[in-house]
Amino acid sequence: MAAASSNDAPETGAFFPRDRSWHPPAFTPRYKTTVLRSPQRPLISFSNTLSEMTGPVFGQNILHELDNDLIMNFAKPGESAQGPRIVVHGRVLDERRRPVPGVLIEFWQANAAGRYRHKKDGYLAPLDPNFGGCGRTISAADGSYSFRTIKPGPYPWPNGVNDWRPAHIHFSIFGSGFAQRLITQMYFEGDPLIKLDPMVGGLPDPRAVEQLIAPLDMARTIPMDATAYKFDIVLRGRRSTLFENRLEGN
Amino acid sequence: MPQPLDTLKETPSQTAGPYLHIGLMPTFVGIRGPHAGDLGSRMVGDKTKGERITIEGRVIDGGGEPLRDCLVEVWQADAAGLYPSPSETRGAADPNFTGWGRAAADPQSGVFRFETIKPGRCPFPDGRLQAPHVSLWIVARGINLGLNTRLYFGDEAEANAADPILSRIEPQSRVGTLIARRNGNTFSLDIHLQGPDETVFFDI
Repeated sequence: MAAASSNDAPETGAFFPRDRSWHPPAFTPRYKTTVLRSPQRPLISFSNTLSEMTGPVFGQNILHELDNDLIMNFAKPGESAQGPRIVVHGRVLDERRRPVPGVLIEFWQANAAGRYRHKKDGYLAPLDPNFGGCGRTISAADGSYSFRTIKPGPYPWPNGVNDWRPAHIHFSIFGSGFAQRLITQMYFEGDPLIKLDPMVGGLPDPRAVEQLIAPLDMARTIPMDATAYKFDIVLRGRRSTLFENRLEGN
Repeated sequence: MPQPLDTLKETPSQTAGPYLHIGLMPTFVGIRGPHAGDLGSRMVGDKTKGERITIEGRVIDGGGEPLRDCLVEVWQADAAGLYPSPSETRGAADPNFTGWGRAAADPQSGVFRFETIKPGRCPFPDGRLQAPHVSLWIVARGINLGLNTRLYFGDEAEANAADPILSRIEPQSRVGTLIARRNGNTFSLDIHLQGPDETVFFDI
Protein backbone atom coordinates (compact mmCIF):
# COMPACT_ATOMS: atom_id res chain seq x y z
CA MET A 1 0.00 0.00 0.00
CA ALA A 2 1.37 3.38 -0.93
CA ALA A 3 1.95 5.73 1.96
CA ALA A 4 0.32 9.17 1.85
CA SER A 5 3.70 10.83 1.48
CA SER A 6 7.34 9.98 1.98
CA ASN A 7 7.04 11.51 5.42
CA ASP A 8 4.53 8.86 6.51
CA ALA A 9 6.51 5.78 5.50
CA PRO A 10 7.41 3.39 8.35
CA GLU A 11 10.58 4.05 10.26
CA THR A 12 12.61 0.90 9.98
CA GLY A 13 15.75 1.96 8.19
CA ALA A 14 19.01 3.74 8.78
CA PHE A 15 19.12 7.31 10.00
CA PHE A 16 19.62 10.16 7.58
CA PRO A 17 23.28 11.18 7.61
CA ARG A 18 23.95 13.88 10.16
CA ASP A 19 24.46 17.29 8.51
CA ARG A 20 27.60 18.20 10.40
CA SER A 21 27.73 21.65 8.77
CA TRP A 22 24.60 22.49 10.79
CA HIS A 23 26.30 21.65 14.11
CA PRO A 24 29.23 23.52 15.61
CA PRO A 25 32.54 22.02 14.46
CA ALA A 26 34.67 20.34 17.12
CA PHE A 27 37.30 23.09 17.02
CA THR A 28 35.85 26.54 17.87
CA PRO A 29 38.81 28.39 19.40
CA ARG A 30 36.78 31.33 20.74
CA TYR A 31 35.48 28.68 23.15
CA LYS A 32 38.92 27.87 24.48
CA THR A 33 38.24 24.46 26.02
CA THR A 34 37.59 23.06 22.55
CA VAL A 35 41.21 23.62 21.54
CA LEU A 36 42.57 20.55 23.34
CA ARG A 37 39.34 18.54 23.27
CA SER A 38 38.59 18.53 19.53
CA PRO A 39 39.54 15.47 17.49
CA GLN A 40 41.67 16.44 14.50
CA ARG A 41 41.51 13.37 12.27
CA PRO A 42 38.62 12.87 9.89
CA LEU A 43 35.70 10.92 11.31
CA ILE A 44 35.25 7.43 9.84
CA SER A 45 31.81 7.09 8.23
CA PHE A 46 29.88 3.84 7.88
CA SER A 47 26.31 2.77 7.22
CA ASN A 48 24.19 2.35 10.32
CA THR A 49 24.21 -1.11 11.85
CA LEU A 50 21.85 -2.39 14.53
CA SER A 51 24.22 -0.87 17.07
CA GLU A 52 23.27 2.61 15.85
CA MET A 53 19.63 1.97 14.83
CA THR A 54 18.62 0.56 18.21
CA GLY A 55 18.66 2.46 21.47
CA PRO A 56 17.43 2.38 25.04
CA VAL A 57 13.86 3.30 25.92
CA PHE A 58 12.59 4.44 29.27
CA GLY A 59 9.20 3.83 30.82
CA GLN A 60 6.96 6.06 32.89
CA ASN A 61 8.18 4.13 35.94
CA ILE A 62 11.37 6.21 36.00
CA LEU A 63 9.39 9.43 36.46
CA HIS A 64 8.42 11.05 39.74
CA GLU A 65 5.46 13.43 39.84
CA LEU A 66 7.73 16.43 40.46
CA ASP A 67 10.33 15.59 37.83
CA ASN A 68 8.76 18.11 35.45
CA ASP A 69 8.44 20.84 38.08
CA LEU A 70 11.76 22.49 38.94
CA ILE A 71 9.93 25.12 40.98
CA MET A 72 8.91 22.48 43.51
CA ASN A 73 11.14 19.43 43.11
CA PHE A 74 13.90 20.70 45.40
CA ALA A 75 11.82 23.05 47.55
CA LYS A 76 11.19 22.69 51.26
CA PRO A 77 7.58 22.01 52.22
CA GLY A 78 5.53 25.18 51.79
CA GLU A 79 8.28 26.97 49.86
CA SER A 80 9.23 27.28 46.18
CA ALA A 81 12.13 28.32 43.96
CA GLN A 82 12.83 32.03 43.47
CA GLY A 83 12.66 33.73 40.09
CA PRO A 84 10.34 34.35 37.16
CA ARG A 85 8.02 31.36 36.86
CA ILE A 86 7.91 29.89 33.35
CA VAL A 87 6.51 26.92 31.45
CA VAL A 88 8.78 25.38 28.80
CA HIS A 89 6.96 23.26 26.26
CA GLY A 90 7.32 21.95 22.75
CA ARG A 91 7.35 18.84 20.63
CA VAL A 92 9.98 16.28 19.75
CA LEU A 93 9.87 15.73 16.00
CA ASP A 94 12.15 14.04 13.51
CA GLU A 95 13.50 15.44 10.27
CA ARG A 96 10.43 14.06 8.46
CA ARG A 97 8.21 16.15 10.79
CA ARG A 98 6.90 13.03 12.51
CA PRO A 99 6.27 13.27 16.25
CA VAL A 100 8.71 11.24 18.33
CA PRO A 101 6.80 9.80 21.28
CA GLY A 102 8.11 8.08 24.37
CA VAL A 103 11.60 9.51 24.47
CA LEU A 104 13.40 10.63 27.60
CA ILE A 105 14.18 14.35 27.87
CA GLU A 106 16.45 15.56 30.69
CA PHE A 107 17.08 19.22 31.50
CA TRP A 108 19.30 21.21 33.85
CA GLN A 109 19.96 24.87 34.47
CA ALA A 110 21.32 27.62 36.72
CA ASN A 111 19.05 29.32 39.23
CA ALA A 112 17.49 32.77 38.75
CA ALA A 113 20.75 34.41 39.86
CA GLY A 114 22.83 32.44 37.35
CA ARG A 115 24.35 30.00 39.85
CA TYR A 116 24.50 26.22 39.42
CA ARG A 117 24.14 23.78 42.28
CA HIS A 118 27.56 22.26 41.54
CA LYS A 119 30.75 22.43 43.55
CA LYS A 120 32.70 23.48 40.46
CA ASP A 121 30.62 26.66 40.11
CA GLY A 122 32.35 29.49 41.99
CA TYR A 123 30.16 32.40 40.83
CA LEU A 124 29.51 34.78 43.71
CA ALA A 125 25.74 34.85 43.09
CA PRO A 126 23.83 32.93 45.77
CA LEU A 127 22.42 29.43 45.66
CA ASP A 128 18.67 29.20 46.08
CA PRO A 129 17.98 26.73 48.91
CA ASN A 130 14.76 25.76 47.15
CA PHE A 131 16.19 25.12 43.69
CA GLY A 132 18.12 22.04 42.54
CA GLY A 133 18.05 22.71 38.81
CA CYS A 134 17.29 19.37 37.21
CA GLY A 135 14.31 17.46 35.89
CA ARG A 136 13.17 14.95 33.31
CA THR A 137 10.11 13.96 31.33
CA ILE A 138 9.05 11.60 28.54
CA SER A 139 7.46 12.84 25.33
CA ALA A 140 3.75 12.07 24.88
CA ALA A 141 2.10 10.22 21.98
CA ASP A 142 2.07 13.41 19.89
CA GLY A 143 5.72 14.14 20.75
CA SER A 144 4.79 16.93 23.15
CA TYR A 145 6.45 17.67 26.45
CA SER A 146 6.33 20.42 29.04
CA PHE A 147 7.83 21.34 32.37
CA ARG A 148 7.66 24.19 34.85
CA THR A 149 10.72 26.03 36.12
CA ILE A 150 12.12 29.47 36.83
CA LYS A 151 13.90 31.51 34.18
CA PRO A 152 17.64 30.98 34.70
CA GLY A 153 19.95 33.97 35.03
CA PRO A 154 22.93 34.79 32.79
CA TYR A 155 26.35 34.30 34.35
CA PRO A 156 30.03 35.08 33.73
CA TRP A 157 32.43 32.27 32.88
CA PRO A 158 36.20 31.99 32.66
CA ASN A 159 36.91 32.00 28.94
CA GLY A 160 37.64 35.50 27.73
CA VAL A 161 38.20 38.25 30.31
CA ASN A 162 34.52 39.20 30.30
CA ASP A 163 32.43 36.45 28.73
CA TRP A 164 28.84 35.92 29.83
CA ARG A 165 26.56 33.03 29.05
CA PRO A 166 23.10 34.02 27.88
CA ALA A 167 20.29 32.54 29.97
CA HIS A 168 19.86 28.94 28.87
CA ILE A 169 18.51 25.52 29.74
CA HIS A 170 20.50 22.38 28.89
CA PHE A 171 18.57 19.55 27.18
CA SER A 172 19.53 15.91 26.73
CA ILE A 173 17.31 13.91 24.36
CA PHE A 174 17.16 10.23 23.50
CA GLY A 175 15.50 8.92 20.35
CA SER A 176 14.65 5.45 19.11
CA GLY A 177 18.26 4.81 18.12
CA PHE A 178 21.60 5.55 19.77
CA ALA A 179 22.66 7.53 16.68
CA GLN A 180 20.00 10.14 17.55
CA ARG A 181 21.52 10.93 20.93
CA LEU A 182 21.68 14.69 21.33
CA ILE A 183 22.56 17.35 23.89
CA THR A 184 21.82 21.01 23.25
CA GLN A 185 20.93 24.30 24.94
CA MET A 186 17.75 26.37 24.70
CA TYR A 187 18.07 30.15 24.71
CA PHE A 188 15.41 32.81 25.33
CA GLU A 189 13.96 35.20 22.76
CA GLY A 190 15.30 38.72 23.06
CA ASP A 191 18.42 37.95 25.13
CA PRO A 192 21.15 40.40 23.97
CA LEU A 193 23.89 38.05 25.23
CA ILE A 194 23.09 35.39 22.62
CA LYS A 195 24.95 37.12 19.81
CA LEU A 196 28.02 37.65 22.01
CA ASP A 197 28.29 34.05 23.21
CA PRO A 198 31.31 31.97 22.07
CA MET A 199 29.32 28.73 22.30
CA VAL A 200 26.46 30.05 20.16
CA GLY A 201 29.14 31.59 17.95
CA GLY A 202 30.36 28.12 17.06
CA LEU A 203 27.20 27.52 15.04
CA PRO A 204 28.10 28.13 11.37
CA ASP A 205 24.60 29.10 10.20
CA PRO A 206 22.47 31.90 11.70
CA ARG A 207 19.37 29.77 11.06
CA ALA A 208 20.81 27.10 13.35
CA VAL A 209 21.14 29.76 16.07
CA GLU A 210 17.50 30.70 15.59
CA GLN A 211 16.54 27.05 15.99
CA LEU A 212 17.87 27.18 19.56
CA ILE A 213 15.97 30.33 20.60
CA ALA A 214 12.62 29.72 22.30
CA PRO A 215 9.98 32.40 21.66
CA LEU A 216 7.65 33.74 24.31
CA ASP A 217 4.39 31.85 23.81
CA MET A 218 1.49 33.85 25.23
CA ALA A 219 -0.97 31.12 24.25
CA ARG A 220 0.59 28.78 26.80
CA THR A 221 1.10 31.26 29.64
CA ILE A 222 -0.80 30.61 32.86
CA PRO A 223 -2.50 33.91 33.81
CA MET A 224 -1.35 35.30 37.16
CA ASP A 225 1.17 32.44 37.43
CA ALA A 226 3.77 31.80 34.72
CA THR A 227 4.88 32.93 31.25
CA ALA A 228 5.67 30.29 28.64
CA TYR A 229 8.38 29.56 26.08
CA LYS A 230 8.14 27.10 23.20
CA PHE A 231 11.07 24.88 22.25
CA ASP A 232 10.60 22.23 19.57
CA ILE A 233 13.35 19.64 19.24
CA VAL A 234 14.18 17.87 15.98
CA LEU A 235 15.95 14.50 16.00
CA ARG A 236 17.48 12.72 13.02
CA GLY A 237 14.93 11.03 10.79
CA ARG A 238 15.28 7.54 9.44
CA ARG A 239 14.74 5.98 6.05
CA SER A 240 12.02 3.60 5.10
CA THR A 241 13.45 0.29 3.94
CA LEU A 242 11.08 0.24 0.93
CA PHE A 243 13.76 0.37 -1.72
CA GLU A 244 16.46 -1.31 0.31
CA ASN A 245 15.59 -4.87 1.14
CA ARG A 246 11.91 -5.63 1.55
CA LEU A 247 8.53 -4.51 0.30
CA GLU A 248 6.41 -6.25 2.86
CA GLY A 249 5.26 -4.00 5.64
CA ASN A 250 5.85 -0.77 3.76
CA MET B 1 11.31 27.05 -7.73
CA PRO B 2 10.57 23.36 -7.16
CA GLN B 3 8.31 22.30 -4.33
CA PRO B 4 9.91 22.36 -0.89
CA LEU B 5 10.94 18.99 0.53
CA ASP B 6 9.08 19.71 3.75
CA THR B 7 11.81 18.28 5.95
CA LEU B 8 13.26 19.81 9.09
CA LYS B 9 16.85 20.33 10.19
CA GLU B 10 18.12 18.42 13.21
CA THR B 11 18.33 20.57 16.32
CA PRO B 12 21.95 21.74 16.45
CA SER B 13 24.11 20.46 19.28
CA GLN B 14 25.63 22.58 22.02
CA THR B 15 28.18 21.44 24.57
CA ALA B 16 26.95 19.64 27.68
CA GLY B 17 29.16 22.01 29.67
CA PRO B 18 30.91 21.57 33.00
CA TYR B 19 27.74 21.03 35.04
CA LEU B 20 26.27 18.14 33.05
CA HIS B 21 26.09 16.04 36.23
CA ILE B 22 23.23 18.18 37.55
CA GLY B 23 20.91 16.98 34.83
CA LEU B 24 22.35 13.58 33.98
CA MET B 25 23.80 12.27 37.26
CA PRO B 26 22.34 14.41 40.05
CA THR B 27 23.00 11.82 42.76
CA PHE B 28 26.67 11.76 41.75
CA VAL B 29 26.97 15.45 42.68
CA GLY B 30 24.85 15.23 45.81
CA ILE B 31 21.58 16.69 44.58
CA ARG B 32 18.91 15.01 46.62
CA GLY B 33 15.82 14.00 44.71
CA PRO B 34 13.08 11.42 44.61
CA HIS B 35 15.19 8.86 42.76
CA ALA B 36 17.23 6.13 44.42
CA GLY B 37 20.17 6.52 42.07
CA ASP B 38 21.28 7.90 38.74
CA LEU B 39 19.92 6.54 35.46
CA GLY B 40 22.30 4.13 33.77
CA SER B 41 24.34 3.43 36.90
CA ARG B 42 23.34 -0.26 36.92
CA MET B 43 23.33 -2.35 33.74
CA VAL B 44 23.27 -5.90 35.11
CA GLY B 45 21.47 -7.82 37.85
CA ASP B 46 21.80 -11.23 39.44
CA LYS B 47 19.91 -12.88 36.58
CA THR B 48 21.70 -11.25 33.68
CA LYS B 49 23.08 -13.80 31.25
CA GLY B 50 26.67 -13.61 30.10
CA GLU B 51 30.22 -13.16 31.24
CA ARG B 52 30.55 -10.42 33.86
CA ILE B 53 33.16 -7.85 32.91
CA THR B 54 34.30 -4.39 33.92
CA ILE B 55 35.04 -1.76 31.32
CA GLU B 56 37.16 1.15 32.41
CA GLY B 57 39.11 3.94 30.83
CA ARG B 58 39.90 7.62 30.66
CA VAL B 59 39.34 10.31 28.07
CA ILE B 60 42.65 12.13 27.46
CA ASP B 61 42.93 15.64 26.01
CA GLY B 62 45.54 17.00 23.59
CA GLY B 63 47.75 18.03 26.50
CA GLY B 64 47.83 14.52 27.95
CA GLU B 65 45.46 15.31 30.82
CA PRO B 66 42.47 13.10 31.58
CA LEU B 67 39.08 14.78 31.39
CA ARG B 68 37.76 14.83 34.93
CA ASP B 69 34.43 16.36 33.98
CA CYS B 70 33.30 14.19 31.07
CA LEU B 71 30.42 11.74 30.85
CA VAL B 72 30.40 8.51 28.87
CA GLU B 73 27.37 6.53 27.76
CA VAL B 74 27.59 2.96 26.48
CA TRP B 75 25.14 0.95 24.39
CA GLN B 76 25.69 -2.72 23.68
CA ALA B 77 24.02 -6.01 22.77
CA ASP B 78 23.28 -8.72 25.31
CA ALA B 79 25.26 -11.96 25.55
CA ALA B 80 23.34 -13.38 22.57
CA GLY B 81 24.00 -10.33 20.38
CA LEU B 82 20.47 -8.90 20.73
CA TYR B 83 19.71 -5.30 21.65
CA PRO B 84 17.15 -4.58 24.41
CA SER B 85 15.32 -2.07 22.22
CA PRO B 86 11.97 -1.85 20.38
CA SER B 87 14.02 -1.32 17.22
CA GLU B 88 15.49 -4.80 17.63
CA THR B 89 13.51 -6.99 15.20
CA ARG B 90 15.42 -10.28 15.46
CA GLY B 91 14.10 -11.45 18.81
CA ALA B 92 13.73 -10.64 22.48
CA ALA B 93 16.86 -9.60 24.31
CA ASP B 94 17.71 -10.61 27.88
CA PRO B 95 15.07 -8.84 30.04
CA ASN B 96 17.59 -8.61 32.86
CA PHE B 97 20.06 -6.52 30.91
CA THR B 98 19.64 -2.79 30.14
CA GLY B 99 22.25 -2.57 27.37
CA TRP B 100 22.70 1.08 28.28
CA GLY B 101 24.96 2.61 30.86
CA ARG B 102 26.06 6.07 31.87
CA ALA B 103 29.11 7.00 33.94
CA ALA B 104 30.89 10.18 34.91
CA ALA B 105 34.65 10.41 35.00
CA ASP B 106 36.02 10.30 38.52
CA PRO B 107 36.65 13.93 39.57
CA GLN B 108 40.18 13.08 40.72
CA SER B 109 41.47 10.34 38.42
CA GLY B 110 39.27 10.84 35.37
CA VAL B 111 38.51 7.10 35.25
CA PHE B 112 35.06 5.99 34.07
CA ARG B 113 33.85 2.46 34.80
CA PHE B 114 30.99 0.16 33.75
CA GLU B 115 30.00 -3.15 35.29
CA THR B 116 28.45 -5.07 32.41
CA ILE B 117 28.57 -8.30 30.44
CA LYS B 118 30.53 -9.16 27.34
CA PRO B 119 28.23 -8.61 24.33
CA GLY B 120 27.51 -11.20 21.67
CA ARG B 121 27.92 -10.57 17.95
CA CYS B 122 25.37 -8.85 15.75
CA PRO B 123 25.28 -8.53 11.97
CA PHE B 124 26.48 -5.77 9.68
CA PRO B 125 23.83 -4.72 7.10
CA ASP B 126 25.30 -7.11 4.52
CA GLY B 127 24.90 -10.08 6.87
CA ARG B 128 28.49 -10.49 7.94
CA LEU B 129 28.93 -10.69 11.70
CA GLN B 130 30.51 -7.78 13.51
CA ALA B 131 33.04 -8.45 16.25
CA PRO B 132 31.67 -8.00 19.77
CA HIS B 133 31.71 -4.29 20.57
CA VAL B 134 30.31 -1.57 22.78
CA SER B 135 29.19 1.78 21.33
CA LEU B 136 30.44 4.81 23.26
CA TRP B 137 29.14 8.39 23.29
CA ILE B 138 31.26 11.01 25.02
CA VAL B 139 30.16 14.49 26.10
CA ALA B 140 31.93 17.17 28.15
CA ARG B 141 32.76 20.82 28.45
CA GLY B 142 34.71 21.69 25.29
CA ILE B 143 33.03 18.97 23.21
CA ASN B 144 30.55 20.72 20.91
CA LEU B 145 28.90 17.58 19.54
CA GLY B 146 28.93 14.23 21.33
CA LEU B 147 31.71 11.94 20.11
CA ASN B 148 30.86 8.46 18.83
CA THR B 149 33.36 5.66 19.04
CA ARG B 150 33.40 1.94 19.80
CA LEU B 151 35.21 -0.39 22.16
CA TYR B 152 36.31 -3.79 20.86
CA PHE B 153 37.78 -6.60 22.94
CA GLY B 154 41.46 -7.54 22.96
CA ASP B 155 40.72 -11.23 23.44
CA GLU B 156 38.70 -11.40 20.19
CA ALA B 157 41.57 -11.18 17.71
CA GLU B 158 39.95 -13.43 15.13
CA ALA B 159 36.58 -11.64 15.17
CA ASN B 160 38.27 -8.24 15.20
CA ALA B 161 40.35 -9.15 12.15
CA ALA B 162 37.18 -10.00 10.20
CA ASP B 163 35.08 -7.09 11.45
CA PRO B 164 33.53 -5.09 8.57
CA ILE B 165 34.11 -1.74 10.27
CA LEU B 166 37.55 -2.31 11.73
CA SER B 167 38.78 -3.65 8.40
CA ARG B 168 37.90 -0.44 6.57
CA ILE B 169 39.83 1.89 8.88
CA GLU B 170 42.78 3.56 7.16
CA PRO B 171 45.54 3.35 8.15
CA GLN B 172 45.09 -0.04 9.82
CA SER B 173 47.53 1.04 12.55
CA ARG B 174 44.69 3.13 14.02
CA VAL B 175 42.52 0.06 14.75
CA GLY B 176 44.41 -0.45 17.99
CA THR B 177 42.92 2.76 19.39
CA LEU B 178 39.57 0.93 19.66
CA ILE B 179 40.72 -2.33 21.24
CA ALA B 180 40.54 -2.71 25.01
CA ARG B 181 43.24 -4.63 26.82
CA ARG B 182 42.10 -7.53 29.00
CA ASN B 183 43.41 -7.97 32.53
CA GLY B 184 41.39 -10.56 34.45
CA ASN B 185 37.76 -9.56 33.98
CA THR B 186 38.58 -5.93 33.31
CA PHE B 187 38.91 -4.39 29.86
CA SER B 188 40.76 -1.06 29.77
CA LEU B 189 40.78 1.53 27.04
CA ASP B 190 42.01 5.13 27.11
CA ILE B 191 40.37 7.41 24.57
CA HIS B 192 42.67 10.05 23.11
CA LEU B 193 41.01 13.16 21.70
CA GLN B 194 44.14 14.32 19.87
CA GLY B 195 47.75 13.40 19.16
CA PRO B 196 49.55 10.49 17.51
CA ASP B 197 47.27 7.99 19.31
CA GLU B 198 44.05 9.86 18.51
CA THR B 199 41.12 7.46 18.87
CA VAL B 200 39.08 6.64 15.79
CA PHE B 201 35.78 8.54 16.05
CA PHE B 202 32.84 7.71 13.86
CA ASP B 203 30.32 9.63 11.82
CA ILE B 204 27.31 7.40 12.27
